[in-house]
Amino acid sequence: MKKQNLKAWLYLLPAAAFLAVFMIYPLIDVVVYSLEEGYNSASQSYFGVGLYNFSYVLRDPYFLQALKNTLILVVITVPVSTTLALLISLALHSVKALKSFFQTVYFLPYVTNTLAVGLVFMILFKKTAYSEGLVNLLIGFFGGPSVDFIDGPYWAKMLVMCIYTVWVVMPFKILILTGALASVNPEYYKAARVDGTPKARIFFRITLPLISPMIFYLVITGFIGAFKAYSDAVALFGVDLNAAGMNTIVGYVYDMLYGNSGGYPSYASAAALVLFAIVFTITCVNLLIRRKNVVN
Amino acid sequence: MKPKDGKTFSFGRAAVYLLLVLWGVIVLFPFYWMVLSSFKSYSSYNAEFVPRFIVTDPTLANYRDAFTAVPLARYFLNTLIFTAATTAIMLTVTVLAAFAFSRLEFRGKNAVFALFLSLMMIPGELVVITNFVTITDWNMRNTFWGLILPSVTSVFYIYLLKENFEQIPDELYKAAKIDGTSDLKYLLKVMLPICRPTVVTVTILKVIECWNSYVWPRLITDEQAYFLVSNGIQEIRENGFGRENIPAMMAAVVVISLPLVILFLVFRGKIMSGVMRGGTKG
Repeated sequence: MKKQNLKAWLYLLPAAAFLAVFMIYPLIDVVVYSLEEGYNSASQSYFGVGLYNFSYVLRDPYFLQALKNTLILVVITVPVSTTLALLISLALHSVKALKSFFQTVYFLPYVTNTLAVGLVFMILFKKTAYSEGLVNLLIGFFGGPSVDFIDGPYWAKMLVMCIYTVWVVMPFKILILTGALASVNPEYYKAARVDGTPKARIFFRITLPLISPMIFYLVITGFIGAFKAYSDAVALFGVDLNAAGMNTIVGYVYDMLYGNSGGYPSYASAAALVLFAIVFTITCVNLLIRRKNVVN
Repeated sequence: MKPKDGKTFSFGRAAVYLLLVLWGVIVLFPFYWMVLSSFKSYSSYNAEFVPRFIVTDPTLANYRDAFTAVPLARYFLNTLIFTAATTAIMLTVTVLAAFAFSRLEFRGKNAVFALFLSLMMIPGELVVITNFVTITDWNMRNTFWGLILPSVTSVFYIYLLKENFEQIPDELYKAAKIDGTSDLKYLLKVMLPICRPTVVTVTILKVIECWNSYVWPRLITDEQAYFLVSNGIQEIRENGFGRENIPAMMAAVVVISLPLVILFLVFRGKIMSGVMRGGTKG
């Protein structure tokens, strides 16, 4: 077939132009920004070139707080949500009645607005002048002390953040895992049943190895997603996350860029590159572990 | 069902259903609570130290407040315009690119496609800083173009459409060429109708993404006249209804959530299979 160079490029032009302006150029620019020291966005001038922005960010208490919050969030929510999703998917896979009803219900949080439902979560956990909040009443019913989860101690705020994050990420995980479970060839189960293999053994020797690629996929996307947490925190604790002590790395980037503490694209770029380096490293480590464990 | 271990079987079955129902309640409860609270009057909501799980005298006053005390209708309209325009432009751009990659022969095709694919790995957080500066420099803050332009291409959707386009047999294209059909006409009259399921999936996923987008609109708009629903909700949370009128806030939340819940219930099969093929969130 003869080449259609000109015509092909005409079809590609819109996509290529948008990608060049809003993806490729920014990618180079973010590195440039991060190396320009003392950048002034009003005069668009800078003193010199170097790694000062990175050392500033890595020493900034707000960044360290954001890093700590993000790490705690990742370490708690990724294992909890993956395990819980696996349990629920196994339960879902083992029933016939109401299966598609449950599947539909479980997927609902995926399509809803994070900010909007976050507001509801805040109200359920918040103490006001009028009411202790539903969650505190529930704790009180079981004899526990009431806690202000939204403006109270750090661990309480972190707990709400983790609960909401898990609630938000579950639909995707359940969907992927039920799909993986459904795709396991039933012949394996038949053979195991003929041999009289116990259920636990079937799970660990047949089911788990066969769906392990999907579990690793979920762990990787879970890590990436949790490291980029931001809107969930805003929904629960408001826009001023530094004051609440609940900022995340992505929140720090945006705060540096815009808003009351904004106007520092260089610091924002340095922080974004630090985030990218962390996510990239963890993804690579995950892939290495996966190569060792999953692919024979 | 095997009779020999019938007893343990049914016990296990009960535990399974208990887990399923429990998680169903956890998922649905926030939705129930928002709808419930939105029908309570301000005074009765605050009079209930222990909140009641039913509403005895439902009122629509909160919904009236939601549309009068805050510009909810404005946020709604803005989001509709933003979603429709972004999705339409995105579809045009990605379909044209996917056509070039799947149907046309040109020098450097594989290299360009590899470059496109490698862009899929770039996190949005990395490019948002420069895009913010670019849009500010172009004086597009607080405009629809500023909101729309950075999100009208998606390498992933180009990839998805290209894979689908390539499944159409070459014979159809050759036949169309013999009939003298132009490439564009072939794309619109033959390829798109055949690949309609994929196009619909891409459209729905993009609509969901647009309706829920928060970060970019927050950076690019600070005038309420250009707020989308997410920013509107945040504005209501910080300043709306004197910060105290929770039933009115819940009414606003219900109004904002409803379109997507309806979209989901109508297209749930398409949405779930689409997300399974390549959605991410979590």
